[in-house]
Amino acid sequence: MNGGKQTIYFRNKPSVLSGYSIVGPKEAMGPLDPYFHKRLRKDDFGQKSYEKAECKLHMSAISGAIIAAGLSPTDIDVNIGGDLLNQIITSSFSARELDIPFIGMYSACSTFGQALIIGAALIDGGYVRRAACSTSSHFSTAERQYRYPLELGTQMTPTSQWTVTGAGCTILGKAGEGSNIFVESATIGKVIDFGISDANNMGAAMAPAAAQSVLQHLKDTGRDVSYYDYIVTGDLGVYGSRLFLELLESEGVHAAERHKDCGEMIFDKKQRCPQGGSGAGCSSVVFNAYFLYQMRVGSIKRILLVPTGALLSKLSSLQGETIPGIANAVSFVVEE
Amino acid sequence: MLSKTQYLELDKKIAPKSNEARTLFLSFVIGGLICMIGQGVSDLFKLAFPEMEEKMIGEITSTVMIFLGALLTGFGIYDRIGKHAGAGSIVPITGFANSVVSPAMEYRSEGVVFGVMCKMFVIAGPIIVSGVSSSILVGLVYWFVGLFQ
Amino acid sequence: MILTYLKVFVVGGAVCLIGQLLINLTKMTSAKILVTFLLLGVVLEAVGLFDAIKEFAGAGITIPITGFGSTLAKGAIDGVKERGIVGALTGGMRAAAAGLSAAIVFGFLVSLIFKARTKV
Repeated sequence: MNGGKQTIYFRNKPSVLSGYSIVGPKEAMGPLDPYFHKRLRKDDFGQKSYEKAECKLHMSAISGAIIAAGLSPTDIDVNIGGDLLNQIITSSFSARELDIPFIGMYSACSTFGQALIIGAALIDGGYVRRAACSTSSHFSTAERQYRYPLELGTQMTPTSQWTVTGAGCTILGKAGEGSNIFVESATIGKVIDFGISDANNMGAAMAPAAAQSVLQHLKDTGRDVSYYDYIVTGDLGVYGSRLFLELLESEGVHAAERHKDCGEMIFDKKQRCPQGGSGAGCSSVVFNAYFLYQMRVGSIKRILLVPTGALLSKLSSLQGETIPGIANAVSFVVEE
Repeated sequence: MLSKTQYLELDKKIAPKSNEARTLFLSFVIGGLICMIGQGVSDLFKLAFPEMEEKMIGEITSTVMIFLGALLTGFGIYDRIGKHAGAGSIVPITGFANSVVSPAMEYRSEGVVFGVMCKMFVIAGPIIVSGVSSSILVGLVYWFVGLFQ
Repeated sequence: MILTYLKVFVVGGAVCLIGQLLINLTKMTSAKILVTFLLLGVVLEAVGLFDAIKEFAGAGITIPITGFGSTLAKGAIDGVKERGIVGALTGGMRAAAAGLSAAIVFGFLVSLIFKARTKV
């Protein structure tokens, strides 16, 4: 790769034109509420099934981002989208309505990072003018696919995380379109499995992948953690973040002060999900709502966004497989 | 970076644990309460129909409890009880009802035949299979032993 | 009367508490917990202990799924007494028919009336 073992530099500075986030009622009760662009009062979004609701969420995020950039759908060359459902029906069904060329993506909750990398690369290479990178997740659709029926009286285990209901979309464009936020480089993650097999302990399953990607990014770029204002992991949760920091610490990298986790940020302690949120929508709503805002007003200059994914399915868990993790790191910088 | 074994040891050591005292206490109290309700139902029927045989009272009691479990599941209350009670609301027969009704409701969106009817026993299936199989085994052993007496 | 209910409460609660211990220690899912206690009921009935506990605790042991297991096993044993080896095959289901039918029909009706809601 052009920037070392796993890292690529985007030489032509693809820029972030706009971002849009839409979340469910529980997320809107969390600490990030003021930053979200739209909140649902009921998470069925007036649809007959939760799958349809998630699809509408996804579509709303894309159209919201297009409008926020002052563009129309014909200005977007490609929609790069993904979600958690089998055969990524959410993003493909939303693309069915949009009349924009579509690339479907899956790498669980790190899909957003993957979509940003492909989008930035396509723009950097001069192949497309603008790309809409979108991901979504929905508590009620993820729960039935990965876990149990909603009405079953089960207890959350102490390490389990709460799937975020929400969708986010970022529009990337060429340099010189009036935005001063640029996608500067990216590190493509390896699939890493440290042998965690409890599907309710995904933070621990993903932390090694996140640590590997971040360490490799720092190594490839020759940077120190202090180069970034924040290293933002996707959805490690409270416990996963602790393991992530321990892993960095074991390599002599001290990141505790500059680390934030989207899953940890989106809910507060009173909301009865002690480990925080997860899901493909988690990092994308937090990035598009909170971090993009902070970069636009200039209070944050550089972040390394590291969406993390646990690559399991219900079948693989039942067959006794351990849970592989992946993390893609994307570096954003604000230039004056 | 840490090796896999070191990492798994670390995870074992520092993973957050469930609040033992609270979960055990709640499962005890709520489980006990549900059983008391069952006893109440059974006593009421005994009072109302003194000449009814005990086996039938038992059947009526389980039917009523299953009905209650199903209804509370329908109203979306049972999963809220379960969030706190854990095994206290899983182990009683109402929990069996909950494990039949919740997938039936959940898969309603996939239609009555392929949703509700197909998926009704995705969780409770093992209970039927293991229960019926083990009862047949018990019966066969009993029959076999009887041959030599 | 009060003593009876106290016994029901304590024994029923204790059965559930053992279930919770299993969940906390082994991370068993609800289906496995139910199967475990059902088989416990079958075994208790088969070795003849269930009636003694029931005499003492009443609903404390019959309302937990152990009661369902005992019904099945007892049905099979009674079946053998009445109808020989055919009874071994049919007895369990016959005895458990009330509970099973109730679960199926109420489950079906409830699913037609109510819609699954998101957890909060």
